[in-house]
Amino acid sequence: MNLFSFFGALEIGLIYSLVALGVFISFRLLRFPDLTVDGSFATGGAVCAVMIAGGHSPLASTIAATLVGAFTGLVTGWLNVKLKIMDLLASILVMIALYSVNLRIMGGPNVPIINTPTLFTQLQPAAMTDYVFRPLMLLGVVILAKLIMDWFFLTEKGLAIRATGTNARMARSQGVNTGRMILLGMAISNGLVGLAGALFVQSQGGSDVSMGIGTIVIGLAAVIVGENILPSRRLTMSTLAVILGAIIYRLFIALALDSNFIGLQAQDLNLVTAVLVTVALIIPQLKRRLARKSRD
Amino acid sequence: MNKLTLAPLGALLLAAAAIAPAHAADQKLVAVTAIVRHPALDAVRDGIQDGLKADGYVVGKNLKWEYQDAQGNPGIAAQIARKFIGDQPSVIVAIATPSAQAVVAASKTVPVVFSAVTDPVAAKLVPSWDASKTNVTGVSDLLPLEPQMDLLKKVVPNAKRVGMVYDPGETNSTVVVKALREMLPKMGMTLVTAAAPRTVDVSSAARSLVGKVDVIYTNTDNNVVSAYEALVKVGEEAKIPLVASDTDSVKRGAVAALGINYHDLGEQTGHMVARILKGEKPGDIKPEVSTKMRLFVNPGAAKKQGITLSDALIKSANQVVE
Repeated sequence: MNLFSFFGALEIGLIYSLVALGVFISFRLLRFPDLTVDGSFATGGAVCAVMIAGGHSPLASTIAATLVGAFTGLVTGWLNVKLKIMDLLASILVMIALYSVNLRIMGGPNVPIINTPTLFTQLQPAAMTDYVFRPLMLLGVVILAKLIMDWFFLTEKGLAIRATGTNARMARSQGVNTGRMILLGMAISNGLVGLAGALFVQSQGGSDVSMGIGTIVIGLAAVIVGENILPSRRLTMSTLAVILGAIIYRLFIALALDSNFIGLQAQDLNLVTAVLVTVALIIPQLKRRLARKSRD
Repeated sequence: MNKLTLAPLGALLLAAAAIAPAHAADQKLVAVTAIVRHPALDAVRDGIQDGLKADGYVVGKNLKWEYQDAQGNPGIAAQIARKFIGDQPSVIVAIATPSAQAVVAASKTVPVVFSAVTDPVAAKLVPSWDASKTNVTGVSDLLPLEPQMDLLKKVVPNAKRVGMVYDPGETNSTVVVKALREMLPKMGMTLVTAAAPRTVDVSSAARSLVGKVDVIYTNTDNNVVSAYEALVKVGEEAKIPLVASDTDSVKRGAVAALGINYHDLGEQTGHMVARILKGEKPGDIKPEVSTKMRLFVNPGAAKKQGITLSDALIKSANQVVE
């Protein structure tokens, strides 16, 4: 792994950690298996790229992408809460619909913004190279998102969302409008994912309709890797774990890209990544088992 | 943000510092990446090696060669781009639009040669078809449509309705669909499209065309080329002849194709890479299109799809697939 690929992994990892935070809200806090993410990531990217290419300010474009992402989450929540469609199916419906919507938004499959100003180029100080600055700036964004999340989920509204996920009947008996909480939680979750999509296209020089495919897998893997590495019941630790999980997952891909020296080829990349993630998942177990043995 | 948060991040940064800088070897390094693997893109990759060899750059002797494909995932494409830049190669070759965009977005200095990109100007890889004066040049697989439609008329002389299966998510394909919608009515034909957003949709998309079309034309759509056998199956069952636009598909069961041979395209790219290795600047080299068009026909496939090819057509072919 060279320095560029390390910072690249950090950059992509930080962007996907926003996805992972979103997935953490839907899967863990709300217990809502939400696949909308595959669509809303690309939708966020599409909205942002089209607006930037159309001459709008990168900041406005990024905010708009976040709001549209939140709206897609609302649609999934609405299908589930109001139309009583099963949660998983509701999210699949929105996900596949968004593929067509994204093509409409972009007016085609690909919107390049390679030489257009982005949030990154606007804020980059002259003394710093882009491959160092981008991860640093993203680190700031991600930490901010984490702190806001940590704060919000301890407020009355935030606790009501968590209660809805933990035990909906109990929450209802306490006077919580669980339907509204699902809508709110899904909007926040997909808003984060839309934001990630917007940052991704600005870092990658363009939006492509295929960019959302597999996002949910990456997000879930990050959540689970993080939880294994940093197991905790406290929310502040869990959000941190999820962010680390996303970065570590990307570092594994960077490592796997360098595995050709042991005779592995390009086509083995996904397998190598999977093996590395598996190892990361079983190390904590092995440690526990070893600790138990030494105690005996 | 507590101390615990900083500790692992600090560890990551330390790990970065410990990473060795890229090696300085006497061999020139050419790093090649493609968005996904399928026969046409693999042919480009192999062609590049042959082109380089013809110009005196032999892999393992005086050339180091690195190849990575992104398994169809843009996040991985971005990471491959970063890795390549860090490896400090003499030239990065990016095959197909998404890979090329990822590499071009990541570096303004390392020489980049794209290949098999249909419209590099629309993809913002280069500002125009003139020498770019930047670090980017390359070879496009843009195919003129008129000769292909003439071929289609020769294969199925009384064709009125032309079917086309394509991925609406691929720029290269939407460009062709738009052009054909304008062009075919002038030739007394109409276009009937069927969308295949995923590889697994190719078969059902082709089935939806049965009874509505006299012939199925396909461009170099990645989804369709990946699953061409599915199309061949439908063509044989429903007796609809298939006209492709990459010659490799003729070997897989298309009746005919007047197209770029992707191996040729790769060789042309390889020659361009060699020019840069010899010291030319990518910004001084004009982006090129393929100059060689080759006609491949497959009389056996024609029979299975319910037509016979004229002797004249078979004679004019560069290659007859048995």
